Amino acid sequence: MVADVAQVAGRVSGGAPPRRASGARRAARLDALVGLAFVSPVVIGVIVLGLVPFGFVIWYAMHEWTPLIGQFDWVGLDNFSRLAADDAVRSSFVTTFQFAALLMVLNISLAMALALLLNQRLRGITTFRTFFFSPMVVSAVAWVVVWNYLVASNGGINGFLSVLGIDGPNWLRDPSWALVTLVVIQVFKGVGMNMILFLAALQGVPAELKESARIDGASPRRIFRSITLPLIAPTILLVTMITMIGAMDVFVPIQIMTQGGPGDSTMVISYLLYRTAFEQQDFGYASAIGVLLFVVVLGLAALQWSTRNRWVHDEV
Amino acid sequence: MRSETLPAAPETRPRPAPSPSAARARRRGLLTKVVLYGLLVVMSVPFLYPTLWMLFSAFKPVDEIFAVPPSLLPRDWTLDGVSKIFTVTPFARQYLNSLYIAVVVTIGSIIVCSIAGYAFARIRFPFAGKLFLVLMSGMMIPGEVTIIPIFRWVADLGWMDTHLPLIIIPIFGPASIVGVFIFRQFFLSLPQELEEAGRLDGLGRLGIFLRIAFPLSGPAIAAVAIMKFLASFNMYFEPLIFLRSEELFTVGLALTRYQDSYGEPLHNTQIGATALTVVPILLVFLFAQRQFVEGLSRTGLKG
Repeated sequence: MVADVAQVAGRVSGGAPPRRASGARRAARLDALVGLAFVSPVVIGVIVLGLVPFGFVIWYAMHEWTPLIGQFDWVGLDNFSRLAADDAVRSSFVTTFQFAALLMVLNISLAMALALLLNQRLRGITTFRTFFFSPMVVSAVAWVVVWNYLVASNGGINGFLSVLGIDGPNWLRDPSWALVTLVVIQVFKGVGMNMILFLAALQGVPAELKESARIDGASPRRIFRSITLPLIAPTILLVTMITMIGAMDVFVPIQIMTQGGPGDSTMVISYLLYRTAFEQQDFGYASAIGVLLFVVVLGLAALQWSTRNRWVHDEV
Repeated sequence: MRSETLPAAPETRPRPAPSPSAARARRRGLLTKVVLYGLLVVMSVPFLYPTLWMLFSAFKPVDEIFAVPPSLLPRDWTLDGVSKIFTVTPFARQYLNSLYIAVVVTIGSIIVCSIAGYAFARIRFPFAGKLFLVLMSGMMIPGEVTIIPIFRWVADLGWMDTHLPLIIIPIFGPASIVGVFIFRQFFLSLPQELEEAGRLDGLGRLGIFLRIAFPLSGPAIAAVAIMKFLASFNMYFEPLIFLRSEELFTVGLALTRYQDSYGEPLHNTQIGATALTVVPILLVFLFAQRQFVEGLSRTGLKG
């Protein structure tokens, strides 16, 4: 800015002292160097550790690659046609979609319910906000290790149920319960974040609008539907997208609690990818799975984004 | 402390109370309150119980952990499990590994993110827009996919079973992009006059950043520090891929290895070790809630 002023001043006065103008140009050039130097660590890092590896994954996906025996052969699109015919991959995507859909429904409705509860004017309400948010700071591993005990067949949950005379299932070893159990555990871990985002949005709704609707005789439900909901729609869209992206690459609870089982009832795609690469050493095929996962997540996010005009009137 | 975590609830104006039925309205108000508190208490159980159960079960004898009916508090308090935390596995070593890696990652990330955020907010330099786009596109790339070539390179460099990839990748890789955005946003909101004053005092670019801009960026530093410290201390996937030797493990990996590896059950020891990794962070969270919410809520968001 000072450099600009000096340059303009020099131009206006015509015969400005050349030393000053060149000083300004030197300052601008120095600025350019400092700017490039400042951004280069992260820009180079992101290129080397993000963009280039992603390019390599696409390249690897066209190879049959097993490092253990030193094999690396070009196979073109074979891995992708193998993907299309692979029942394990197809069922894994179905499992992942089920997991993500159930998690999104439970997480977002619970987050909204908690946010509405916390938006009431009650003494001590912030304490409850702390409670609901606290699992967010507990590590994923710790949360899963503890729940592993609680949902064991002879664990705390079934202990409580047996007191009530209910014979609880073996949550993680029963194919019809394992995925649901994992979803519930994940929801309690992460719902606090969405709750906070919804709460901030709810508190941003002008009280005057709700008040004047009330004076006009609108019921609380009508006020929520016609005023609150449209105003927080951008947040709902954002939260839906973040939750979906997070759910699509769930890994820690699967790896620690079920290893994809029982059967393949919790074999989500990110765990299948991990196994294919790091346990079966089939890196080429794993890369192809990774590319497909990326395309699917991107496609789903774009799909959600494209619906925004229909229900989000505000700009996000 | 707690009330400042978020903007206070919006003021609800006193409603024009219908005077004849005022008493009934008040009674209904009381009933609503009771229902609301009841809901809040019931809803708190699944959020609090696991943490409390963990704290108390560390002091239970092994056979009490699966006792029926279950109880939160130990019937016989014992230090049996807790006393073995540091002896059955090199847990002290593993804890120190996690701590030092997290500290290095936090400090490194603050440096890398603050200078880049400052440059994008304040300095005019060539290709600024294009380089910013590079960062934006880097955010979309899923880490569990790019780990495959990175694994290959780490092996080629001879860095397998070392802490180097666990330090370098989070500092310089896509995980730092959000930190850059947080700092950029902060420096954009910093009054330009402060820097002009520094310039008039003869400070150069570097001096302005080091002496004026960076020292004023406390809130951004806190948010990025919490975000990166937690991400590093709690990491699981990367150590699982890169580490093999027990004494190099980080806590996340270490906690899962109490199962099956020994003849005798070590449930209370595992639970105690888990509590040791969670409690310090929970305590800091209680005193710096606003910064935690700030730091964590940006991890999923762009900008």
